[in-house]
Amino acid sequence: MSALIDERRIEMPSQPHSPKIRPRSTEEITRHLITPKTIWCPGCTNGVVLRAIVDALLNLHSAPESTLDLDKVTLVAGIGCCGRIVQYLDFSSVHTTHGRALAVATGAKLADPQLHVVVVMGDGDCMAIGGNHLIHAARRNLDLTAIVFNNSIYGMTGGQMSPTTFEGDRSTTSTYGNVEQAFDTCELAHAAGATYVARGTTYNYLQLARLIAGGIAHQGFAFIEAMVICPT
Amino acid sequence: MPQPLRLLQGNEACAEGAIAAGARFFAGYPITPSTEIAEELSRLMPRVGGTFIQMEDEIASMAAVIGASLAGAKALTATSGPGFSLMQENIGHAAMAQVPCVIINVMRGGPSTGLPTDPAQGDVMQARWGTHGEHSIIALCPSSVEECFRLTVEAFNLAERYRTPVVVLSDAMVGHMREGVALPLPEELEIVERRQPNCSPEEYRSLVSTVDNILPRPPLGSKFKVRVTGLVYDRQSGRPDTATPAVAQELGSYLRQKIYCHAAEIVRVEELCMEDAEVAIFAYGSVARAAKAAMRWARRSGVRVGLVRPITLWPFPTAAVERMARQVRTVIVPEMNLRQIAWEVQAAVRGAAEVVDYGRIDGRLITPEEIQELIKAQFYYHHWEA
Repeated sequence: MSALIDERRIEMPSQPHSPKIRPRSTEEITRHLITPKTIWCPGCTNGVVLRAIVDALLNLHSAPESTLDLDKVTLVAGIGCCGRIVQYLDFSSVHTTHGRALAVATGAKLADPQLHVVVVMGDGDCMAIGGNHLIHAARRNLDLTAIVFNNSIYGMTGGQMSPTTFEGDRSTTSTYGNVEQAFDTCELAHAAGATYVARGTTYNYLQLARLIAGGIAHQGFAFIEAMVICPT
Repeated sequence: MPQPLRLLQGNEACAEGAIAAGARFFAGYPITPSTEIAEELSRLMPRVGGTFIQMEDEIASMAAVIGASLAGAKALTATSGPGFSLMQENIGHAAMAQVPCVIINVMRGGPSTGLPTDPAQGDVMQARWGTHGEHSIIALCPSSVEECFRLTVEAFNLAERYRTPVVVLSDAMVGHMREGVALPLPEELEIVERRQPNCSPEEYRSLVSTVDNILPRPPLGSKFKVRVTGLVYDRQSGRPDTATPAVAQELGSYLRQKIYCHAAEIVRVEELCMEDAEVAIFAYGSVARAAKAAMRWARRSGVRVGLVRPITLWPFPTAAVERMARQVRTVIVPEMNLRQIAWEVQAAVRGAAEVVDYGRIDGRLITPEEIQELIKAQFYYHHWEA
């Protein structure tokens, strides 16, 4: 990419300074689930990110000299399949309007700086309708953790192209192949001023959980892209 | 000792009112003619330990206000026509999720960019029905600088009491006008603080708000796990339920009733010279000032004209209008839009009196003389002095 972006080093939280993750048992994780039922389709990997978020929070909470109070954790979500995550977990949560999660999180964090605000968004939510809020949240470098579930598609509405759908890919609204180029979400967040930028996949669970934990521990705007699969 | 007399602008008085009401969070975006509220609050908020943030747009401003309110702060934003349109999505979220907050809309000419520096009252219906779906809202309409202060305080009190968004519908004239006002002392003001639950989180979870007992909402980050959603939710568990028609019906009815069942406490109307009036002027906001002057002129000329000025525009003061309609033969409704409130008056009057509407949308104020002409037409048999 351009030299401008290369001038600043993208922090790689997989470096030794990032928190160690000791994966928790399924029992321990499900204790924080308030329902066993989700709306997610068979084959969807959103649940893997959900588990990684809980794992990251529990690991940070139990770390020596931890300052993370689980009561102070607030999940803020937008609209889309991944937004439902906040309804499944027993943390305080705000399920906002489409694309506005980061703006709601900004208000909550400023009104109560003690909160640990974790923002959950989809790719359409964060990069299309909420794109403006993303770049400004990154620019302000508030202490928020933004997690983008990127499946390169609008899943809940049945498979329309999103700003992260690759050129040429077919979807229900790009039936002849997408003519637009896709956003590189991490480069965008970094260019806008995010001070912690990471990309993980649900294939590599431990790395994803570590990246999320690193983002929550990071003082400043943390942006984590979680690549997920949409089977629909 | 009374407060010293100060020369204040309506917008400045709104900002002072917000601070006096205990607001400690403002998020906004500059827009004429409301910008002075943001400017003033950027100065005042840090002095009282509050937060001021200029967001990237009005959508984000309203969203941040919701976030701040849920985190426990009394929060407001201020805007004008186009910005108010952008806020509607999240005003609906605040209504649905029952988030107390205040939106000051300093009305200007529209639609679109319209007449950015001129007064209008074209947003009264947008304030009522701007967001999609069935919902209720409270809107207050100041017509003086002092009222900008007092109604901003009242807006916060109503927002906290009924856990709902409240709109202050000012306009470019009231907002930019300067008047000498002695602001009330803090001890003279009634300030409603947000209630906090005085039970355990387990007990709290078993409680359900009723129309007469709207439950307190603990802030995010407390031991009470707060779950907020814009989806239709079950009022008992707070969890989304979009599959049960009865849940949606019950929630929608509740959101309406919690405002409308309290209309008698919420609605305030000023009535002047209505004891013996044959003709009433029904006017709000800056137009009510011209209406008052016209009414005084009519009284000096010996004709029986009264003024009904809704201070609360939503919920609509139906009871006061019905009472007025039983007494007078004609209601004159001058407003800086084309019949938006006149229709509402007509619906409440139900044929009991004639409704004469008069609208201006050219950015000019309605003058007392224009209203005098409307009065003259109602008393054509009267001998008018030149």
